[in-house]
Amino acid sequence: MSIRVQHIAKRFGPFVALDDITLDFPTGELVGLLGPSGCGKTTLLRIIAGLESADHGQVFLDEEDASTAHVRDRQVGFVFQHYALFRHMTVFDNVAFGLRVKPRGQRPAESVIRTRVYELLDLVQLAALARRYPTQLSGGQRQRIALARALAVEPRVLLLDEPFGALDAKVRKELRRWLRQLHDALHITSIFVTHDQEEALEVSDRVVLMNQGRVEQVGAPQEVYEQPASPFVYSFLGAVNLFHGRVQDHHLHVGAGRLPVGHNGFPTGAEALGFVRPHELDIETNPAETTGIAARVERVLAFGPTARVELSGVERESSHIYEVELSRERVAALNLTNGQWVRLKPARIRLFAPEPRPAGPMPLPAGSLIGLDGEGI
Amino acid sequence: MGAAVATHWAARARRFEVNAATREPAWVKGSLITIALAFFGLFLLLPLVTVFAEAFRKGWQVYFAALVEPDALSAIALTLLVAAIAVPLNLVFGIAAAWAIAKFDFRGKQLLTTLIDLPFSVSPVIAGLIFVLLFGAQGWFGPWLIEHDVKIIFAVPGLVLATIFVTFPFVARELIPLMEAQGREEEEAAIVLGASGWQTFWRVTLPSIKWGLLYGVILCNARAMGEFGAVSVVSGHIRGRTNTLPLQVEILYNEYNFAAAFAVASLLALLALLTLVVKSLVEWRGRQPLNVGQESQGVSA
Amino acid sequence: MRAGKPHRVLPGFPLALGYTLVYLALIVLIPLSAVFLKSASLNWEQFWAVISAPRVLASYRVSFGLSLLAAAINAVFGLIFAWVLVRYHFPGKRIVDALVDLPFALPTAGAGIALTAIYAGNGWLGQWLEPLGLKVAFTPLGILVALIFIGLPFVVRTVQPVLEDLDTELEEAAASLGADRWQTFRHVLLPVLLPALLTGFALAFARAVGEYGSVIFIAGNVPLVSEITPLLIITKLEQYDYIGATAIAVVMLIVSFILLFLINGLQFWANRSRARS
Repeated sequence: MSIRVQHIAKRFGPFVALDDITLDFPTGELVGLLGPSGCGKTTLLRIIAGLESADHGQVFLDEEDASTAHVRDRQVGFVFQHYALFRHMTVFDNVAFGLRVKPRGQRPAESVIRTRVYELLDLVQLAALARRYPTQLSGGQRQRIALARALAVEPRVLLLDEPFGALDAKVRKELRRWLRQLHDALHITSIFVTHDQEEALEVSDRVVLMNQGRVEQVGAPQEVYEQPASPFVYSFLGAVNLFHGRVQDHHLHVGAGRLPVGHNGFPTGAEALGFVRPHELDIETNPAETTGIAARVERVLAFGPTARVELSGVERESSHIYEVELSRERVAALNLTNGQWVRLKPARIRLFAPEPRPAGPMPLPAGSLIGLDGEGI
Repeated sequence: MGAAVATHWAARARRFEVNAATREPAWVKGSLITIALAFFGLFLLLPLVTVFAEAFRKGWQVYFAALVEPDALSAIALTLLVAAIAVPLNLVFGIAAAWAIAKFDFRGKQLLTTLIDLPFSVSPVIAGLIFVLLFGAQGWFGPWLIEHDVKIIFAVPGLVLATIFVTFPFVARELIPLMEAQGREEEEAAIVLGASGWQTFWRVTLPSIKWGLLYGVILCNARAMGEFGAVSVVSGHIRGRTNTLPLQVEILYNEYNFAAAFAVASLLALLALLTLVVKSLVEWRGRQPLNVGQESQGVSA
Repeated sequence: MRAGKPHRVLPGFPLALGYTLVYLALIVLIPLSAVFLKSASLNWEQFWAVISAPRVLASYRVSFGLSLLAAAINAVFGLIFAWVLVRYHFPGKRIVDALVDLPFALPTAGAGIALTAIYAGNGWLGQWLEPLGLKVAFTPLGILVALIFIGLPFVVRTVQPVLEDLDTELEEAAASLGADRWQTFRHVLLPVLLPALLTGFALAFARAVGEYGSVIFIAGNVPLVSEITPLLIITKLEQYDYIGATAIAVVMLIVSFILLFLINGLQFWANRSRARS
């Protein structure tokens, strides 16, 4: 079943939680709502569930306007951040709750409920724990019970609020994979909220990036990672080096240095911000090289599959830290020493206009969307 | 402060009222409020209003005459005296007990905490009785006291003892959870920084418990001044000598001098209202920063 | 320092604990033990004869029966009261909230004569109730009214903080699973509130059993009908029947200790189920 929200707006006093959100969640997809805390993602999820009411806008479930329907009647499965398991009930009773509170006419017989609950407990691989209480379970087990409980009422959509937020790193990774498999098996339209970009990119069919109550970008994980639509998306999805300068002669002039940027659509003399991921930067030790940004090697971290080099440079009179990710072989070949002056050269750079974001809704400046591939090394 | 707190209170309740999952139908809400307010009016407001209404029924003159009567004045003085002895003693005890229980671990702590609560579950009448058994004419120390011409029962010391007993837990009970919640890190930091034990207490512990302490003292004082059952047993009801305000109320009432009885009772009611005002101030003061935190959490969710 | 003695960074432990124990012993423990020692001067048959005399038994019925009833009424209305204070906004709420503690603060003698004035035959409510055949003052019903008055804050003040701390997620989860408000209250909220509610009930009951000041004015104090146990102790004292008074006091004290033990257990349960969330 599909979900559509149209022109959703919500304020909490002076705080704008959601600012005219319109989104489509196609049937059967697993969509990640990603953004920093306070960006409105949880509020949007709660509005879809009917736990919160929007100031404006509509929610369509299966093309049917559900904006005024009570949460009870929306048939959505909601998995809470802290699970919200009923701690005075056993695991079995928790999962059975939704079936037992159905109106008398629709309530299945206790034997049917039993079969259904055990089916679900088998699905989440916890049938052995049916008689336990929530306090006797680990965080990961509670999360799976919460999911089983939400699925028991055969919801039309599944909404998950920071489903792995309260778990430790290892359990989190396992559960992520498990959620993805579960979704592939059930194909129920699902939305999950997270502030963890790795989680969103790894699990979702599509990612919706939100910031300050607005949608920044919607796309497949690879798409948003490789073609970020805004500076926000760029910096939110992974580490990034920033170069603040002025565009001239197909170059971004940053202090005394310059970076080749090719054809870019920026008028000559325009200010621009260059975004380069650490793995897209290379280090040039040849003193004769004139392009690139001068920087001084501060630390070489040569462990793990790749090596990282931290450098400092001077950009607009203030010091600046750069991070470069290279292969171990490349670092060995460069033979860097701390304090050595080198030049940084990007393999790929993306330019955005550096305007501060105005208070109201702002369309992204078209010019800034042009991504460039710099001259390869 | 007041206005901010008021809007805050409204905001908290509204959080439940706007949420579809925590909201009741209007008729349920209306009925529950009506039931609660009716209960409130019948059992709490009406008795309070009655005290003042009856006190002034025969006019201001009768009211004031009842209060400046010598027996009433000596009852006021005695009540103040008893509270002035009992409250500081229980205050010192409360601080010592809370310091030992909240800041240290030792065996039997739970039992000690329970024993401190014991006077709350003992009938005030029994609280009076135990001192009669100890110090009364037929009591354990009775013959010795008579021999040395010391009067405890039917005299002021008995009133003080009974009052200390019934108000025993108030300060300790208020401070123990408060000091337990605050932990001992701040005190340890002070000691590490070179402060002495007293300096640590005065400069670190006391400032952070002062509102709870005030609340405990206020409640302790209200009970000390208003205690009836326990002092009734040990007082002997000697007019002008061993009659506290509540006992004076009883005597006047039993003499069918209702206006005077209610006039004296109105003093006690005023004390109660003052206690409630201070208590509310202390609570709002203590609660406020916490609430602001909760609210900002709510917004960021 | 002896081996095994914990190292204490903060000073003052021996002084504070020592003072606490001495003061506790002098004011509470030794005087209370006097009751038990005094009653030991009776043998079992004598003791039993005193505490099971018809007038005494009748007073237990009045005291414990009405206290139980008052605590039950307070549990129901106190829960509604706490719910309304936490969940709804209405004008004057702050004053209502502050006045809930009135029975804690208002001296019992004042409350006693005020309730009597209200429910006496010529009182504000009495004059309307008596023609209907409902005599409140000077009957057991009057005792019930006084016990409801003094017990109400115990229930409200134990339930209120638990309601305030309650995570809305639980109710949201129940609603998203299709439960209506009553089902949510019955199956989700009530079990969570139950420990606090029972604690409040037990506290109100314990207070009511020992209550004296607010009851004696309105009770009428008719032996076998409206005489409470604490009053019986005083009556015996006034007749210089110290042994008799002490024997009855022992019965009441034992009940108090059992209640205290029970309340401690309940509070432990309540705290634990709150901490588990």
